[in-house]
Amino acid sequence: MGDITKKPGRLRPAPENFLSEDQVKAVGAGRRDFLRKSFLAAGAAMAAPLAARASEGDPNILNLPAWSTSLGMPVATNPYGMPSKFESQLVRRESPGLARVGGASVSFAPLQGLFGIITPSGLHFERHHQGWQDVDPTKHRLMINGSDDSLLKKPKVYTMDELMRLPSVSRIHFIECGANTGLEWGNVAVPTVQYTHGMLSCSEFTGVPLKLLLEDCGVDYKKARYVLAEGADGSSMTRTIPMEMVESGEVIVAYGQNGEMLRPENGYPLRLVVPGVQGVSWVKWLRRIEVGDMPYATKDEAVHYIDLLPSGLHRQYSSIQEAKSVITTPSGGQTLVEKGFFNVSGLAWSGRGRIKQVDVSFDGGLNWQTARLEGPVQNKALTRFNINWVWDGSPAILQSRATDETGYVQPSYGQLRKVRGTKSIYHNNAIQSWKVVESGEVTNVQVL
Amino acid sequence: MSRFSKTILVLALLGASSTGFAFENFKGVGRQATPAEVKAWDIDVRPDFKGLPKGKGNVERGNELFEEKCASCHGSFGESNEVFTPLAGGTTKDDIKTGRVKGLSSGELPQRTTFTKVATISTVFDYIQRAMPWTAPKSLKPDDVYAILAYLLNLQEIVPADFELSDRNIADVQKLLPNRNGMTTDHGLWPGASAKKGGIGNGGTPDVKNVACMKNCKPEVQIGSTLPEYARTAHGELADQNRNFGAVRGTRTLGPEAAKKAADAGTLELATKSGCMACHGMKSKIVGPGYSEVVARYQGQPDAESRLIAKVKAGGQGVWGSIPMPPNAHVKDEDLKTLVQWILAGSK
Repeated sequence: MGDITKKPGRLRPAPENFLSEDQVKAVGAGRRDFLRKSFLAAGAAMAAPLAARASEGDPNILNLPAWSTSLGMPVATNPYGMPSKFESQLVRRESPGLARVGGASVSFAPLQGLFGIITPSGLHFERHHQGWQDVDPTKHRLMINGSDDSLLKKPKVYTMDELMRLPSVSRIHFIECGANTGLEWGNVAVPTVQYTHGMLSCSEFTGVPLKLLLEDCGVDYKKARYVLAEGADGSSMTRTIPMEMVESGEVIVAYGQNGEMLRPENGYPLRLVVPGVQGVSWVKWLRRIEVGDMPYATKDEAVHYIDLLPSGLHRQYSSIQEAKSVITTPSGGQTLVEKGFFNVSGLAWSGRGRIKQVDVSFDGGLNWQTARLEGPVQNKALTRFNINWVWDGSPAILQSRATDETGYVQPSYGQLRKVRGTKSIYHNNAIQSWKVVESGEVTNVQVL
Repeated sequence: MSRFSKTILVLALLGASSTGFAFENFKGVGRQATPAEVKAWDIDVRPDFKGLPKGKGNVERGNELFEEKCASCHGSFGESNEVFTPLAGGTTKDDIKTGRVKGLSSGELPQRTTFTKVATISTVFDYIQRAMPWTAPKSLKPDDVYAILAYLLNLQEIVPADFELSDRNIADVQKLLPNRNGMTTDHGLWPGASAKKGGIGNGGTPDVKNVACMKNCKPEVQIGSTLPEYARTAHGELADQNRNFGAVRGTRTLGPEAAKKAADAGTLELATKSGCMACHGMKSKIVGPGYSEVVARYQGQPDAESRLIAKVKAGGQGVWGSIPMPPNAHVKDEDLKTLVQWILAGSK
């Protein structure tokens, strides 16, 4: 356009020199529309006399933004702080078609956008069996009793006031639904890591070791080898937990999550924490613990959360989440916009203890390199791994493979299916593969 | 081995301190539960029927109750797949004899129902009693639970139509469950004592073994499955499920058409929220002109956008008749711009 648009911030007396020779000719020829634009541009220049040209540098640097030239918000504008408005796309999401009623559904954590190992409480995945409740903590009670009187000297009731007076521990643990990645047993079914692996979260939990409470009630460890945990919600969900785990001190009756109370969706005000074991055993809104001398075969260990084998038998009381890992950046449904350097990042975890090593492959598992583990690596907690990668623009298949402290190595789909078939639903810990094509698009594939 | 030694260490540590936590040493904390309290909450029914309440109910009564309280979700015959997976179906007379549902291994079963899986009748009683009906859990009396369970057993052809289920004969019914022999605990995923040591499970030995090979691990990469196109687009716009800054972007999966549709829906909501839709229709006049009429008038005018923004902001009168448009200073400038652009682009 005309020269004047290139001279912002300078006002000249019109009409001298206002129009270039070409522009004068254009007016003569009857084309006046550019004049209007010229005036508009001049107006804009007056309003923002310092507006810089792109050729001089990044306008985001050269033109000071509003947040640098105005007064910000006062303290406590948001008494409970919320994420930036620019973060609205990273939220819990449902997978369409997975469940037909929201009270018995799942929302997945957006792993594709999370950092480190702690899941923000508001993004913790949800799995409810009969909807979630916001339980009044002043009316909540925990009862501990025995399936018969010989197993426990004294059945007791505790209020939240009382539980919060007891010696507490704070520990970081992952929780993974037994059905995480369950949609993928037979074939690729969902596009992103939110839906393949998002029934996974990790928090710092605070509470009382269940062992202390059982001993306070005079448990007979010789006879009582099983524990039933029961919720206070409509479903009053129940699961059997082995006494060996309780005796180890790892099982916690927790009220704290990431420094505050549990969220209602995560069992406020009390839930069981059973490290290394699938989420269904971490009974939410915990109201009762019963010690017994046999497993209970509850609905969620006799109809659901049982693993179908090719023989037609179901594995019952399957609980441990074996070593598993997944690359979260880059992952399915993402696109690498440019070639060059990337920090490939992901999560690894094991229900049997600490992660010892994570290896990453860029060629579909032909060759592997060991990734950096971000420490401290903790027992039955998520472990963040990172590895450098320069993408040269050619196709690649990214995989991660976890090894835990017992020496167990995360299996491939081929290895897993050979033993367990494709209809197990639960405990799919196969190596995840992400395919990168020339356009930079990353998609979910399964390598056998 | 390391796990074993760690367990001992933890036990030793807690053992040392637990002398301080011995029975009733948390002075003033907790109190004895009364028998009535235990009775009110201890409702679980075990596979050996400990906890089973006394009572009875027949198939006919169960049919009535099921129709009234259960059929809206489960279907009249427990067959519905609309809300939950089916309760009944999928087993044969032969399965009742063997206690193993053949369809589970043959692959003939299109979908597993409750009765193709469950090996313990106590489970079904316990669950109905504690959690059903869906919207009014724990509202059923024991006789109701017996009746509903009798009806389900009849649907499954385990008991005859004139059957009455009770606390006295439920153990006999257990012996007829089609998949009563269909469970195994011989696996490594139980974190407690092994069957050999009086528990269940194999003590934690994994069933799948991989080795951490590092170089030239296999002759070729075998792809077993790739993402089907319908699955790529079934989860909405993936671009909007990632940040729009950072190392990567979300892949745009729905294309510009769908993106426009989503944006339109958002802008319509904004227009409604801002009060525009009270006076303007999409196509025709309500109080003020319809948006398509606005488009027709301003079409082809290069400054239409800025003029309209100014008009909407300040209000006006006369262009479309004598009823004035009020000023809209409450609408943010960026929203005004979005709205005007949307109208000019042929709002939908």
